This record gives sequence, structure tokens and C-alpha cells, in this order.
Amino acid sequence: MSTDSKFGDYGGQYVPEALMPAIEELGDAYERYVLENEDGFMDEFRERMADFGGRPTPLQYAEQLSARYDTDVYLKREDLVHGGAHKLNNALGQVLLAKYMGKERIIAETGAGQHGTATAMAASHLDMPCEIYMGTTDINRQRPNVFRMRLNDAQVNPVTTGRGTLKEAISETMRDWATNVEDTHYVIGSVVGPHPFPNMVRDFQAVISEEAREQIREKAGRLPDAVVSCAGGGSNTMGAFANFVQDEGVDLYAVEAGGSSLDVDEEEGVAPNSATLTTGTDGVLHGARTKILQDSDGQIVESHSISAGLDYAGVGPELSHLVEEDRVTPVNVGDDVALEAFHRLSQTEGIIPALESSHALGYLHEAHDELGDVVVVNVSGRGDKDLETVLEETDKRDLDVAPDMDLFEGVER
Amino acid sequence: MSDVEAAFAEADGALVPYITAGDPDAEATKEQVRALVAGGADVVELGLPFSEPIADGSTIQEAIQRSLANGMTPGKFLDLVADLDVDAPLVCMTYYNLVYQYGDEETRANAESPVEPFVAAAAEAGISGLIIPDLPVEESAELRAACDEYGVDLVFVVAPTTEGSRLQNMLEQATGFVYVQARLGTTGARADVSDQTHESLQRIAEFDAGNSVPKAVGFGVSEREHAEEITAAGADGVVAGSVFVDIIAEHGDDAPEYLRQKARELKEGAHAGTSQSHPEPERT
Ligand SMILES: Cc1ncc(COP(=O)(O)O)c(C=O)c1O
Repeated sequence: MSTDSKFGDYGGQYVPEALMPAIEELGDAYERYVLENEDGFMDEFRERMADFGGRPTPLQYAEQLSARYDTDVYLKREDLVHGGAHKLNNALGQVLLAKYMGKERIIAETGAGQHGTATAMAASHLDMPCEIYMGTTDINRQRPNVFRMRLNDAQVNPVTTGRGTLKEAISETMRDWATNVEDTHYVIGSVVGPHPFPNMVRDFQAVISEEAREQIREKAGRLPDAVVSCAGGGSNTMGAFANFVQDEGVDLYAVEAGGSSLDVDEEEGVAPNSATLTTGTDGVLHGARTKILQDSDGQIVESHSISAGLDYAGVGPELSHLVEEDRVTPVNVGDDVALEAFHRLSQTEGIIPALESSHALGYLHEAHDELGDVVVVNVSGRGDKDLETVLEETDKRDLDVAPDMDLFEGVER
Repeated sequence: MSDVEAAFAEADGALVPYITAGDPDAEATKEQVRALVAGGADVVELGLPFSEPIADGSTIQEAIQRSLANGMTPGKFLDLVADLDVDAPLVCMTYYNLVYQYGDEETRANAESPVEPFVAAAAEAGISGLIIPDLPVEESAELRAACDEYGVDLVFVVAPTTEGSRLQNMLEQATGFVYVQARLGTTGARADVSDQTHESLQRIAEFDAGNSVPKAVGFGVSEREHAEEITAAGADGVVAGSVFVDIIAEHGDDAPEYLRQKARELKEGAHAGTSQSHPEPERT
């Protein structure tokens, strides 16, 4: 295989033997169609991302935030991609690739439900049968997205093992793939998993920074001092960073979920955060060597975040590598800061961001003095899916920035 | 010849049962292993539970959850193995991350590779071989080296999708036995032996020239007839897991007697099949 399967020591292909031929076949298809544009694959992908997906997305100057922080803040509006998040960039790319490869069935895991909805939309758009695996905990906290997947004619398979979140959903989707590998393509939802997924998903998401780099030069007349992006598995992150990695003057910040605390409770096997790049250690999870949240024996611990999309005990191997090389700075903000940032952007800029993206905005709020004069923040998705969580979590806290919801009093919700 | 290869050579149709260590606790596991060996097991595969068992179906996933909930750890697993005194080689089946993380900081700092501390401790405890279902041959160089150093077999899984140079490579690297995966999918008991089993055995036979390592077929084996059909098709043995794990889940403290009976039944099948696969030369 000519594309390298490793990023330094990270990456690789740690999968059951039954899947090896399939990921080799995928690696071959990735090289031919994605890297070499065979049969005009990339042209068709871009055309569909424009007509169906709504690309390019704007890079918007945020007037109120810029004034408040005395820094030029630009928002990359991935919330405006069809479906409401960057996830479609990858999902449409992979479903189209599966079609070019002659596969007949699509499976995917989902955490927040954003990747599941994006895959369901892409599969419906390209007329492919689609099944989505989703943990029962996530099904309950992301109900609107479950309905959306069903509306787009995808089957949703509940996963009951463990705590019923993203990590269990990925494991279960891998089991399906190992069973039906001959006619099925697994559309993995982030820059994680065995090679070639981390490279391929990054390349589909790199359109974010390809556009943003052009746009910022046009609008600010220069490259930014910093790019800030939230990181769960890290696909919007790598997408926002990819075309800036070679620009040494541009600082790259990956903002992870600090959850309620950065400590790990070994006894309970729980980390009340998802700050893998900051607190994780080297290990092997879901097909790749990368940083993971684990106990001293190597058992994977349960992660936590107010945002389901960041709630994962692993992270993409390329991000682990870029952090190791000091090219990417891992930082984190907790649930409270993210929630305040959610309200702040909603009130002052008229944009309701996803709770995932709110972590990037929360870091901007905390660290704006240190980020330089021109900052790009990736708004990876919109927050409509999070309204129920936000109302509930806001209720529990006494946030100055939150709106008064008293008008609901006495009214059945 | 390694302990495992010797056990196959003597078995005349080998039975390799799998159970999850610590399901429901370490003491019970010892009783279960003794019962399996009394029933005719030639090699015993002991699962060291990992929190993300991506190659296992629901039966073994649930056993792993029971074991982890009751506090099984790699350290306790090796203590259990060291305590076991049975007349059959023990093979450890686990996932790569547990092998990769094992050992205190000092041991790890002085080790030749991240996987050496586990292999050293496993060999010391009396483990004869390792099966790591999420470690394909391409990623196995470090573990291969450590296993060679400590005289531990490294068993590879050959899937129905494994062909060509990858199959060749695997047959060259495998020691102990080759685990032939009977069908695509995850572990779990099934009603019949898949056609893929016969195809896989045939494919392996074509490549077999250089390596005399025994072949055992697993994934779904649960009845005497399965075992007989598999060895009759030319395999040297059968691996059966979920059927035993189901018995443990159902019978609790009484499980050992049922395990012994099931082992006897499968062993008889495996043995009967071998006589069909090596018929007396016909005289004309
Ligand atoms: C809006 C949004 N942003 C970010 C993420 C995190 O994923 P990643 O780190 O792969 O971008 C998700 C995941 O569901 C998401 O929905």
C-alpha cells in the first residue's frame, strides 16, 4: 500500500482478520478515486456537496464577539451545511465512494446522531440502504436526530451494551461489518479507526480549511494567528486544520471536552470528561494506535461530556501525532463554560451553535487574550439538536448569561 | 514442537474449548477448566476480558461484562493461571490493548517493547500461547519477537476472506495452531457448520506445503456433529466457546458437570471425524 498507514507511531490497522481484505480494498479505492480522481470521483463529490450540501459555507466576521474580545473573530459556518453540521462532508464522500466500489449496503455508528443523520441523508440521496447503530443513552438524549434518520428511511439499531454511547456503537458497527463485509461499507464518522479511514475522512473534511484559508486571505488580507476547533474524534478539527498545518505562523487549538472534571475514577472506570489528547495515554482502540482514556490495566473507561458528539474515549491518530509534534495545542473547557458559550453566541450573534462547537467558542472566551489578532473558530454544527439538553442543563445551573425561561412555568413541556 | 503442537499431535482430533476467565469468578474458572480437561479438552483457551471485545458476539460479550464486574484484571488472570494445575496447555485469548498496557512503570521502561512485559509474565504464569483477534499479522512484529523470546505460541486467525499472499504470510508466521474462522461474523453458537468452513480448509490445504502447524476450526461449533464434520473435512481440531459460556451462564455452580459432558460429546465427534478424514488405503 503506497499511502502510509501510520502518523509517527500512531495509526495502523488493528482489526479482526476478517476485515483486513475489506480495508485493503478500501485503501485501494481511496487512492484511486479520492487521491487520483479516477472516473471523476472527486468532481462528482464536489458537485454534489455544492448542490445537495450547500457548499461553500461562509466565513463570517463576528461583530459582537470581535468587539467584546478586541480580536477579529471569524466563524467558519459549518452549521450551514445541509443537515446542520460538518458531518455531511464525510458521509456524502464515503457513501459515494461505496457506490463507486459497488457496495450495496451502508452501515454507520452515531453518537450525537449528527453523523447518523448525515449518513442517512447521504444514503437516501444516493439511493443506498442504510442502518445506523446508536447507543440507547444517546437515543434518549438525541431524540430529534433519531426521528430524522427514520424520516430519511434509515433503520436505527439500538446498542444496549456498556453505557450505551458512541464507543459501544462503534464496536457494534464493527461487528456488523465483520459479518457482512462482502457487500457492506462502514461509513465511520470521524478521523478514527484503521487506516485508511483517518486519512480519507480528513481529506473529505479538508474542504473546511481549503475554503477558510482562501476566505480569510480575502477578508482579512492575511492568514489567521489561530484556528480553534472542538475535538471529539477530531474530524471537524482535522478538516479545519489540514490546509493550515504547513503554515507555521498559524496556531492550531484542539478544544476537548473537560466535562465536569479532568480526573479519572479508576474504581468506577469512569472519566468525567473526554479530554483524550490532554489526559489520555497511548493504546489501541477501534483499529488504531492513538491516545485513549483507559485505566492502568488498559480497560477503556467511560467518558463524559455535556455534548454527546465529544463523548468518546479515543481520538484520531493524526491528532495524537500532531500534538506529540507540538504542532497542535490540546486544550479543554468543561460543561459549564461550553454551556455559557452556547448562550452567548445565541444571544449576541444570532447563531445557535451545537454544544460540541460551543466548546471551541468557550475556549475563545477564556483565552482570547492569547490567541492573537485574527482568529478563525470552526462552528462545526448548529444547536437545534441540543435544545432539550440545554434547557435541562441550564435549569440545573444558575447561569447569568442564560435567558429566563419562566414563561414555561405552569405549562406542560 | 511446542506444548500446544504436541497436544494436537497426541489428540487425534483435538478439542479446544474457550471460556472467559472470571465468569463469574476465579475459583469457578478453575473448576470449569478442570471439568473441561476431564471431559477431554486437549488445549484450553482462557479469555482475559477486555472492555471493547469487537470480535465477540453477545454470548461472550455478556460473559466479559460479568467477569469485569466481578473485578477480573490481567494481574488476577495470571495468578489464576499460575494456580491452575491441569494436564493441558493453556492459551490466552485477549485484545491487543491489554497486552500493550501490561506492567508497572519500571518494568515497562526497561522492556524491549511495550508488549514484552505481558508475554514475559504470561510465560512465567504458564501460558503456552496467545490469540489476539484484533492483531492482524501485519501489525504483529513486536509481539512475534516477544513470543519467540519467551517460547510462547502466537496463534493467528484465518478468516473466510483471507487469501493469497496474506494467507501465505500468516501460515508462515503461525505457531501452536492456526485458528480457522468457520464463517464471517463474531463468535456465537450456530445450528450448522457453514460452507465457508470447507472452502477455507481447502484454501489452506493448497497453501499448506511449508508449514505443518495444526489447523483448528472455530466460530459457531456447538454439537457433536459439527465437530465430526470439521475433522472429517481435514482439520486437526475444533475450537468451541459460546456453547460452553452459555452452559456457565445457565447452570452457575452446577456448570462443571455440564461442561464435562459437553466437552466429552464434542471430543467424541472430533475424534470420530479424524478416522473419516484418513481412510485406510484401499487395496485393489
Ligand atoms: C456539530 C459537531 N461538532 C463536532 C463533533 C465531534 O466530532 P469530530 O471531533 O469528529 O468533529 C460532532 C459529533 O457528532 C458534532 O455533531
